[in-house]
Amino acid sequence: MKILNMQLFAGTALLSALLLTGCDLPPQETVQRGYRGTGMEAVYSPEVLQEVVAANQVPAAIPAVSSEGPKAGDIYKNVEALGHLSVGEFTRLMAAITQWVSPEQGCNYCHVAGEGFEQDTLYTKKVARVMILMTQNANENWGAHVGGAGVTCYTCHRGNNVPEQVWTIGVPPRHAEGHNHLMQNVAHQESSVYTSLSIDPFTPYLLEDGVARAQGGTALPTGHTESIRSTEHIYSLMMHYSDALGVNCTHCHNSRAFGSWEQSNSERVKAWHGQQMVKSMNNDYINPTNDWLPEYRQGPMGDAQKVNCATCHQGAYQPLLGANMLADYPNLGSLAPAPIDLIEEAADAIEGAVEKAVEAIEGGMESASLDQAESAGEAH
Amino acid sequence: MREYQNIFTTVQVSAPDYSGVPIGDAERNRTKGMVHNHLLGKLGDAQLGPIYLGTLGVFSLITGLLAFLIIGMNMLASVNWDPVQFVRQLFWLSLDPPGPQYGLSIPPLNDGGWWLITGALLTLSIMLWWARTFQISRNLGMSNYLAWAFGAAISLYLVLGFIRPILMGSWNEAVPFGIFPHLDWTAAFSLRYGNLFYNPFHMLSIAFLYGSAVLFAMHGATILATSRYGADREIDQITDRGTAAERGALFWRWCMGFNASMESIHRWAWWFAVLTVITGAIGILLTGTVVENWYLWGMKHGIVPPYPALEATPVLDPMMEGAQ
Repeated sequence: MKILNMQLFAGTALLSALLLTGCDLPPQETVQRGYRGTGMEAVYSPEVLQEVVAANQVPAAIPAVSSEGPKAGDIYKNVEALGHLSVGEFTRLMAAITQWVSPEQGCNYCHVAGEGFEQDTLYTKKVARVMILMTQNANENWGAHVGGAGVTCYTCHRGNNVPEQVWTIGVPPRHAEGHNHLMQNVAHQESSVYTSLSIDPFTPYLLEDGVARAQGGTALPTGHTESIRSTEHIYSLMMHYSDALGVNCTHCHNSRAFGSWEQSNSERVKAWHGQQMVKSMNNDYINPTNDWLPEYRQGPMGDAQKVNCATCHQGAYQPLLGANMLADYPNLGSLAPAPIDLIEEAADAIEGAVEKAVEAIEGGMESASLDQAESAGEAH
Repeated sequence: MREYQNIFTTVQVSAPDYSGVPIGDAERNRTKGMVHNHLLGKLGDAQLGPIYLGTLGVFSLITGLLAFLIIGMNMLASVNWDPVQFVRQLFWLSLDPPGPQYGLSIPPLNDGGWWLITGALLTLSIMLWWARTFQISRNLGMSNYLAWAFGAAISLYLVLGFIRPILMGSWNEAVPFGIFPHLDWTAAFSLRYGNLFYNPFHMLSIAFLYGSAVLFAMHGATILATSRYGADREIDQITDRGTAAERGALFWRWCMGFNASMESIHRWAWWFAVLTVITGAIGILLTGTVVENWYLWGMKHGIVPPYPALEATPVLDPMMEGAQ
């Protein structure tokens, strides 16, 4: 009997151990982030956190150089995105980009050896230009999402030619002819975070104008018609958010009322702006490169490899755990100023508008004072 | 002492084949074969068979099997008829209801049509099986508690897959056939309609469900604990003093003042089980049809506590005018 009990115990212990292999070992750290009792808390496994920290180290910055001196646009030919930099800054940024994006291939990843640097022979150079514009635009116009830390090429590339986590428009896996595959219920897909939900939640919400709003805003039905199917698609997208940032639902939401903004953390607003930013990146910058991308850089539907949350975040709640790399590379912080003649035109236009406005205000004041005089007269 | 505390049944009766009480003409509905198995005897009665099949049973099995086959074939088609992938991905695979664009119209076979046919066949199968529980009860001279209890469960099934989708005007509201997919449906359903936990009928259903588990544990343990006095045999137990039944009753009277009787404990069990599914069915029926968002409904009726604001600057919907 005793021996049997021992065997039973050992068997149970082994089975439990097997079942728990997918879990993080205790102890876990919990940080309360919302009202008590709501479960709004961040849960960290110190062990996993160590890995995340190790994977999100920022490389040493190249020593800064002077922004004085001749401009790159005046010295070099065919410099569009970075012409306003000094030659020193320009060269430094080129060296940094090589480190970040093509440490193995070096300059020749974008420039053909023996040919002038100004030539746009390789598609990679043309892509690089678009990517620089995209980065500058994100830093200048999407502060609501990228905040003070901003983004650089390294945020996504991390030494890879193409960032490790990108996506293309999904196609159904092999299925029988005549079967209408719904692009869901597929095992072991990273894009659905291993659930049986949609395997392409990105196309509707990060490329097209799908609005991720499942719940109606009233207690009783008043015409909100989101279907169960689209709710599941939103669910899949949210799983991606969660997985890409290494956080749980309560990072943004109070799970008792997922739709309620009043009870959400401000992170949810940042995430919403992130969705708009990614959509703009995919539509305004990445999709147009499609025309000259080689086939091996395209998805099965012939589209360019696009951005989602994981492209930058890579498992961290802030890319590179919030390190401000942009401070070392301020040249990526904003788009190039518009050429001088354009600025002059704009200045003229503003001047004209101001003059008109002043005239209008003066006119208004005159009529107002007249009104006053009239009413004063009546009172007398 | 230890012999009374065992995971499995300790007493096993070894007896010749027994075909049961005579039921006259309906006898032809029963299969003839019966076997004895020692391992089965560990869990229940060692005799397997005969089965009372009948016309209802035959058609119930046929329609049920057809539904099962159609689900399986659709799942196989989704992995290109690959048996290895079928097994590997089985828990993920699904036969989905028609998309929301179809409303209540009849969709093409490969876009929800098979789901509709499967639902019809499965419903037919379940209803035939339900009629069969009536028939067998009658033949054995029993009353119909079983049929009505099963009927309660069927009401939940019908609300989920048929009645509510019709009220909502869309087959897409119904549950898919699949292991993980039907769980996804459950989660999405609650998310879509503002958190089912604030649905009072969902609360009742959970209370009865958990209550059923507690009652089952209490009753099962009481009977097992008094089995040394023959509680499992229940002969003369109810009327005599000092019997297993009286000791079981006394235990609960001394423990908490009140005790159920040998008969009423089974009524407790029956009502808890039946009310679990009936309150569940009502809760599902009201969701989306007359209540859009259970959380907001709960707020309106004071069952949800308001919490203080999380941050100094209130978080606003960025799609609202003036926000951002």
